[in-house]
Amino acid sequence: MEKTTLDLWVGIFVAAGLAALLVLALKVGNMSSVNLGDGYQVQAQFDNIGGLKARAPVKSAGVVVGRVTAITFDTERFEAKVTMTVDHRFQFPKDTSASIMTSGLLGEQYVGLEAGADSVKLKDGDSIKLTQSAVVLENLIGQFLYGKAAEGQPKPNGASK
Amino acid sequence: MFNGVLDWLRGIGASVINGVWRLGYASRFFMLTLLGSGTSFRRFQLTINEIYSTGVLSLIIILVSGLFVGMVLGLQGYETLQRYGSAEALGTLVALSLVRELGPVVAALLFASRAGSAITAEIGLMKATEQLSAMEMMAVDPIARVVAPRFWAGVFSMPLLAAMFSAIGVFGGYLVGVVLIGVDNGAFWSQMQAAVDFRHDVLNGVIKSLVFGIAVTAIALFEGYDAPPTAEGVSGATTRTVVTSSLVILALDFVLTAFMFRGV
Repeated sequence: MEKTTLDLWVGIFVAAGLAALLVLALKVGNMSSVNLGDGYQVQAQFDNIGGLKARAPVKSAGVVVGRVTAITFDTERFEAKVTMTVDHRFQFPKDTSASIMTSGLLGEQYVGLEAGADSVKLKDGDSIKLTQSAVVLENLIGQFLYGKAAEGQPKPNGASK
Repeated sequence: MFNGVLDWLRGIGASVINGVWRLGYASRFFMLTLLGSGTSFRRFQLTINEIYSTGVLSLIIILVSGLFVGMVLGLQGYETLQRYGSAEALGTLVALSLVRELGPVVAALLFASRAGSAITAEIGLMKATEQLSAMEMMAVDPIARVVAPRFWAGVFSMPLLAAMFSAIGVFGGYLVGVVLIGVDNGAFWSQMQAAVDFRHDVLNGVIKSLVFGIAVTAIALFEGYDAPPTAEGVSGATTRTVVTSSLVILALDFVLTAFMFRGV
């Protein structure tokens, strides 16, 4: 084969390979939407994090604004300590509240941020004071059954007449 | 009786010594390849020629296999997912399984059987026809002139091939899932993009394919260089290349996956 044709083919090969990588990064991956890495870190303490995992999204009003970077257990307060990285573009007031929510009925769990009204913004290393734990399905069913049982309590008395 | 046991022990000892000797020889060969790779960058045309025969000529098989693997993933994934009413997650399933596992692994297996076997046969025949010795006679280092450019060409081509495999596989999944079956187009892409992380999934896949490229090319080159200079020797070496590199790819994949994706 002639040398220039060969070079051309190798050039096409390399260009196609790089294009495939670009497609994987932009179209398949999330490189185009949220580019995390340079963000500020905030902490939040939760009584129960349910099934939250590291790298779960942090959303505010349904928009992904960051990711959970680490989950540790606080041995002094016996609570879960969730560290999350929030993108620099999104600044939240200091009295923002964090809650653990589920997308859909059986979907993945994420941290939802609800902005407060404070004029001071959250800084790197701050912690969120107002938190709401994950809703554990078993507890919910337990409460429901307990409530039902309490509701039904007077009935046998009335029925015995 | 006693002699039989002795012979048996002797057999074990001999095979262990032989295995360790071969491993040492292979490591020494690998080091020599790395040390002699200056030529393949100074005379880059040598490497480009090898990229043509390892990379460009593997394109067809990689692209066609990738397309069909993606299409099968789309069909089978849809069958399973629609039972749980979550057919929209098809994009996530196709993209994650391709980018993390199937792309690097299947592309490397194809690369081993398409390009690895060719490298072994070529170098084995060069040795059998004493071309390598002739080069040494002319004071040309055969490792720098023949082996190293092939090594770097393989290491360079493998990640590109794996990326193309994954990309066209995702397209195949899209073709079957969205165009043929009718999964919602927006949900297909948006759920995929929400689940696939560039650094965690795509880059780790690239690292995997780079490691596989190094392993496959090194094994193919060593088997060719070490082949007995006979017709049977070359054929045996070619078979060993495909078998060994396939096993090494699968074993390495397990180790790499355990390190990369554990606990997430």
